Formats: sequence, structure tokens, C-alpha cells
Amino acid sequence: MIRFHHVFKSYPNGAVALKDVSFQINKGEFVFLTGHSGAGKSTILKLLFGEQRPTGGEARVSNFLVNTLKPDDVPRLRRRLGIVFQDFRLLDGRTASENVAFALEVTGARADTMPARVMRVLTQVGLAAKARAYPRELSGGEQQRVAIARALVNDPPVLLADEPTGNLDERATRGVFQLLREINSGGTVVVMATHDLDLVRQTTYRTIELRDGGVVFDSADDAGAAGAT
Amino acid sequence: MRLLLREVLLSFRRTPLLSALSITAIAFSLFTVGLFGLVAINLRQALRGVEERVEIIAFVLHGTPTETITLASQDVAAFPEVREVSFVSEDEALARARKELVEFRDAYRDLQVNPLPASLEVRLKEGFRDSRHVQDVAERLKGFRFVEDVRYGRDWIARLDQLRNLTGLVGLLIGGAFAAVAVVIIGVTIRLTLLQRAREIAIMRVVGATNWFIRGPFLLDGALKGLLGGLLSLALCYASYMLFRDNIAGALAGMIFFGVDQMFLIVLFGLLLGLGGSLVSVGRHLRDVR
Repeated sequence: MIRFHHVFKSYPNGAVALKDVSFQINKGEFVFLTGHSGAGKSTILKLLFGEQRPTGGEARVSNFLVNTLKPDDVPRLRRRLGIVFQDFRLLDGRTASENVAFALEVTGARADTMPARVMRVLTQVGLAAKARAYPRELSGGEQQRVAIARALVNDPPVLLADEPTGNLDERATRGVFQLLREINSGGTVVVMATHDLDLVRQTTYRTIELRDGGVVFDSADDAGAAGAT
Repeated sequence: MRLLLREVLLSFRRTPLLSALSITAIAFSLFTVGLFGLVAINLRQALRGVEERVEIIAFVLHGTPTETITLASQDVAAFPEVREVSFVSEDEALARARKELVEFRDAYRDLQVNPLPASLEVRLKEGFRDSRHVQDVAERLKGFRFVEDVRYGRDWIARLDQLRNLTGLVGLLIGGAFAAVAVVIIGVTIRLTLLQRAREIAIMRVVGATNWFIRGPFLLDGALKGLLGGLLSLALCYASYMLFRDNIAGALAGMIFFGVDQMFLIVLFGLLLGLGGSLVSVGRHLRDVR
């Protein structure tokens, strides 16, 4: 599904964001990316959804080679991904259901199937009753659920979440995390960048820890190494 | 498609002042082009009337036999440029002079001998009335042995030609400068809208909108503003045309306005200006913000 092979990323000003990062994420996995701010979590996500290109190595996401992605390919890649951000990124002037429908409109989905698809994902995230509410009328946790619904409405095989609980209180955090787990149990790959270590420790999901742009710990390797000894 | 139209209407509602500014800028640039265009086409119209009268007169040597002249005039009539050749005999020339030149009527009446030569008056077909063809035919007429002299208004034909070209050129230059300003204004307007909606555009990109999908509404917006500007400029041109026609009679009577195809071109040009301005602006924004 996702494969990073000795990926490097540096910027024209000389800053190095990623150093020799390699990992592979398979179908059905839930993976945490952890590390301090600036460790490289967001850079990995940006490479994953084609906002940036690696400067070395090879990054693959569901049959797309990010290195050689053409501008026309980026939208095609993003339609196969759901992306969720810390700041929700909802449109203030649109209701919850309109925000979700936006992702369908943009991809030129058929108008007659839209309402049903929007309601299905809103129900999935537990917000069917608030479909007509505007973002300002929703709590932070609810807004993030709308954002998740929007990410899911195109049935992506991979969901990328960049600090999805970063702006939420503890209760909302638990709710959103639970939702992501449910989505993963439906077969969707979830890659979640977070620095909330409490959340990470609650579960046995695979964790990739980054420091200064390099992978310092990958629980998948650790398990393999533990098996070997 | 419905989404596209909705977006465009929204942009007019959100920034009515800027939209009006863009439309006015385009309208004025095209108005300038249009005014000079009007002058040019009316000059051309006037020239056509003048050209209609373009004649080359070949004066015939006294004593040339009529048969020779008749044969020669058949030859001349066979020139591809020539529409009509008429022979004016010495007596006819005198009669005409008496009638047309009233001041000299007495002088002509008292004449014992007719001093006026006979002549061949040659009119050219349309399309051959420019100075080059006129000169060409005149040279050939001089080749006839019985032709004493050939007269034609070469200088002022050439000068009218130049005047017409100059008017067109000046119009294009000034209009072009205004058009450049209009493109910049449209570009800035659209850029402001883009910045205002940067967040929305960023979200569109995240959920997988293609660049053309994002561009669509902005391009349509620009094109529509250009179209409206073009129509407005036509209205302005027409208003000034009416003003001139009604207040300046006489010399400019019979002024004409643009034909349908010319009006279409002006509006099309406005549309392209608007489209160009927005294309540049959106292109830059999409390159800057990934």
C-alpha cells in the first residue's frame, strides 16, 4: 500500500526534513507516526499525498510513485486518499453535509447519488442529526468528525491524519480516535501522525517514531527483532 | 456546470465594486479602440466615395483621327483594372467647361478657337483604385502615341491611404495600452478573489480537485467580465456615434457604425482580455500554492 525506500527530503535552503527513511505499510494496518514537532511526521504525510516530492530514495503510495508524480496525477492520487488535519479545514459558509458533499462535487461525482453517500458517511461518524449545522455551531470534536466524513466519502483505501486530535479535549480525542479505529477495522489503512503518547500507549498499533528526520523506532521491526532473539 | 455558474455569480456578489472596476477597465480600453476604429471605418467609407470618382484623364493630341481613338479606347477598356472608358471630344469638353466653370463662361463664349483638348476618361474597378494601380494604368496610357498628357490625383490618393492607416495604427497603439491596463486590473481583481478564497482552494486541492476544476470558475468569471466590458464598450461607441452623427451634419453626414462582424470582434476581444487576465492570475496562484 505504502512503501518508503531510503527516502530523503531536503529543501533548497539546506534544511533536511527526512534522512534515509524506510518503511512499508500493508493493507489493513493502523500506524502511528510519532515524534516531536519538526521530527518529520508532517513531511512524511506531505510526501504521501503528493504535496512534496522526495529528494532521494523512492516513495510509493497505492501504485503511485511520488517521485515522478505529474501535476495531473496529484488529484488522482488524492482521490484515493482521505486526508484529515489538525485544524479540520472545513468551509465556514457550508453546512456539515455541504462540506462533505464538497469532496464529491470536486471529483465530479453524480449529483443524484450525492445525498445518499453524504448521509451514509455522516451516519458513520455519528453526525447524521447535525447534517445541517454550520461548523461554528459544532464542537471541535464534531468538526473533526465532519472532516473525517469528508475524507471518507470517496471510499479511499488509505486515510492520512495529521494530528487529528491536536486541537481537541480529552473526551473528544477519545471519540475521534475510536472513530479512526472503527474505520481501520473496516479495512482502511490509517496513518496517524500524533505526539499524544498516551493515545499511542493505549493500543498495540504499530508505531514509527521519528527524530530529526530519521526513524529511530519502528515497532514492526522491533517485533521482528524480538522474534529473532 | 451548475456548480460553475453558482461560483461565478457568487464572485460578482461578493466583490461588486471590484467586478465593476474590471468591467469598466475593459470597457474603456475597448472604447478607445472602438472610437479609433469608428474613425478608421468612416474614413474608409469616405475614401470609397472618393475613389469611386477616381479618374485618369488622358489628353489626346489635337488632330488625332477618331478611329484611332475609338480603337485605342477599346484596348484600354480591355485592361483588367478598367471599368469604363469614355471619350470626351473637344466640343464636349468646351460645352462642359462652359457649364461647370461659370466664372469663365464669358471667356469661353468669346473664343474663336477651342483651346481644350479631347480626352479619354478612365474609371477603374473597385479594388484597383489605390495609388499603385492608378499609376500603373496611367503609365500604360502614356504609352499611346496620341496621348499628350495623363493626369490623376496621385498625391492625395496616397495621402488619404496614409491617413487611414495612421488612424488605425494610433487606435491600436492607444487601445493596446489601455488593454494592457485592463488585463492587469482583471488579474489583480481575480488575484484578490483568489487570496480571499485561498483556504477554499487549498481544501479543494486536498480533496482531489483538478487544476482545471479550480480554474474553471475563475476563468469563466474573467471571461464574463470581459464579455460585459466588450458589450459596454460597444454601447459607449454607439452613444458617441449617435452624438457625432446628430450634431455634426454636412461633411460627416452618412457616417457609418460597425458591422455585425466588427461588433462581434470587439466583444470577442473583450472576452479574451478577461480570460487572459484571469488565466495569468490563476496560473500564478496555483503555482505558488500547492
